[in-house]
Amino acid sequence: MDHLLIAEMVKPSVRVLDVGCGDGELLSLLEAERDVDGRGIELSQSNVNLCVAKGLSVIQGDADRDLTNFPDASFDYAILSQTLQATRRPRHVLEQLLRIGRHAVVSFPNFGHWRIRLHLLTEGRMPVTPNMPESWYETQNIHYCTIKDFLALCATVEAKVERSVALNAYGQRIGLGLPFSWQNLIGEQAVFLLTK
Amino acid sequence: MPQTTTQTSLVAHFSEAEGLSLDNGGVLAPFDIAYQTYGRLNADRSNAVLVCHALTGDQYVASRHPVTGKPGWWETMIGPGKPVDISRYFVICSNVIGGCMGSTGPASINPRTGRAYGLEFPVITIRDVVRAQARLIERLGIPDLFCVIGGSMGGAQTLEWAASYKEKVFSAVPIATASRHSPQNIAFNEVGRQAVMADPDWRGGRYVEEGVAPRKGLAVARMSAHITYLSSKALHEKFGRKLQDREAFTFGFDADFQVESYLRYQGSTFVDRFDANSYLYITRAMDYFDLAADHGGVLAGAFRGTKTRFCVVSFTSDWLYPTRESREIVRALNAVAANVSFVEIESDKGHDAFLLHEPELFGAVSGFLSAAAARRGLPATCDLAESA
Repeated sequence: MDHLLIAEMVKPSVRVLDVGCGDGELLSLLEAERDVDGRGIELSQSNVNLCVAKGLSVIQGDADRDLTNFPDASFDYAILSQTLQATRRPRHVLEQLLRIGRHAVVSFPNFGHWRIRLHLLTEGRMPVTPNMPESWYETQNIHYCTIKDFLALCATVEAKVERSVALNAYGQRIGLGLPFSWQNLIGEQAVFLLTK
Repeated sequence: MPQTTTQTSLVAHFSEAEGLSLDNGGVLAPFDIAYQTYGRLNADRSNAVLVCHALTGDQYVASRHPVTGKPGWWETMIGPGKPVDISRYFVICSNVIGGCMGSTGPASINPRTGRAYGLEFPVITIRDVVRAQARLIERLGIPDLFCVIGGSMGGAQTLEWAASYKEKVFSAVPIATASRHSPQNIAFNEVGRQAVMADPDWRGGRYVEEGVAPRKGLAVARMSAHITYLSSKALHEKFGRKLQDREAFTFGFDADFQVESYLRYQGSTFVDRFDANSYLYITRAMDYFDLAADHGGVLAGAFRGTKTRFCVVSFTSDWLYPTRESREIVRALNAVAANVSFVEIESDKGHDAFLLHEPELFGAVSGFLSAAAARRGLPATCDLAESA
């Protein structure tokens, strides 16, 4: 997964909001390894209850709707790990992350990976891969994008890319130093550190 | 009368010179606060937990009730090894002022007249209740509280504590509550009060010296309130349309249905332990509660600058304090970037769920408190063993 890389991007002892924090795995890691003051927001109530029982500060909420409640720059980092593609309004969510956090960390599966391109070319059907295991009609992921698409969105919302890393399916860095067009071809996931 | 039970509680006495300033502009003096404690205060005085009781609760949160003989009203939550673990925390629970279990209330003797206050007792607010509790905490030599926790009206007090005494509340757990009483809640309370006052034995609130009590009126108040504590589904499952000890309708107005019999029982046992005027005063305090109104109409204003860690809890089938009202609290806390957790617990049991066996509630409170205790530097277990 991308968690270790995200943890590496987050400075120690800062305030972090993890949007779509799931069962709190990343938050727990950040609290343990980075001593952050962490908060989470998560759509699934059962995940929220699990997080709170673990002692994490998590609320039930919807990234599409509830981020507007948080004040400007109230966190050092606003993190969106593997959630962007599941939001209804990715642009709105990204803008909110950049407003709430002094930095935003966004990770997502890259739809530009060569295997996906090849699958679409040869099969003519929406790809089902180990990284994207569900059929198009079942998946929560309604807004897939490529690394290039994401860069274009960053430009649209005037976000500066401080760091970007492409990863393979196992969370290992690949394509270091290669141009984005290559990362877009060989990266199965991407992690971006952004600022406004 | 319920007032005779004070000997089983600790009582903090505040003299004529130590009066309590009230929101209505008056002063309550002298006054008593009856309370119970559990566990042991640590050397740093940093492990105190204040439990706030609901409308008809009292200080017997984890010990046998002196009138009913029943176990404490929140023994599912509070005790050794429970989410609020008394081998780790020092738990305080006091009877609210205006109550009838030893704290000064309308059934207490008014020193100016030598007879029971009755309706001469000042109308109090949740903030007055909390102000009195703060005096008790001060009297006990506790500089600040590790946690304030409570459900329903206890949750309102918890929020008031967090708003009024920000530096004194390290963590707060408001459960099944709201930042203000809804018109629906006020309406139900009014039905209850009217039932009490319509009873000829209420005698304009002077029933104590006339040797009577508005038992019927208070019982009806309790019956109607009790319905609001349960969900429709809970009533279906518990009673359905089942008949009480009979095979057919009696074609009369006896308690033919089990649900009628149950409510009559709830009403009749309640009057043995609760003072009717206290019921009027405490429901009034609940109605007046509106935290946002006290802060310029903006709820977030109540929490600005807070460092308290919050855990807000609601239940899916609670229609008296529905989840959306808890969400308003969470939204306000987010607006001031407060440290907040929020869990909504799936339950069919209605508002009463907070008092019942709800493992997810216990998991959330226990996890939240443990994390807060770690942040406060409280040891994982207290040295209670040596005091045993």
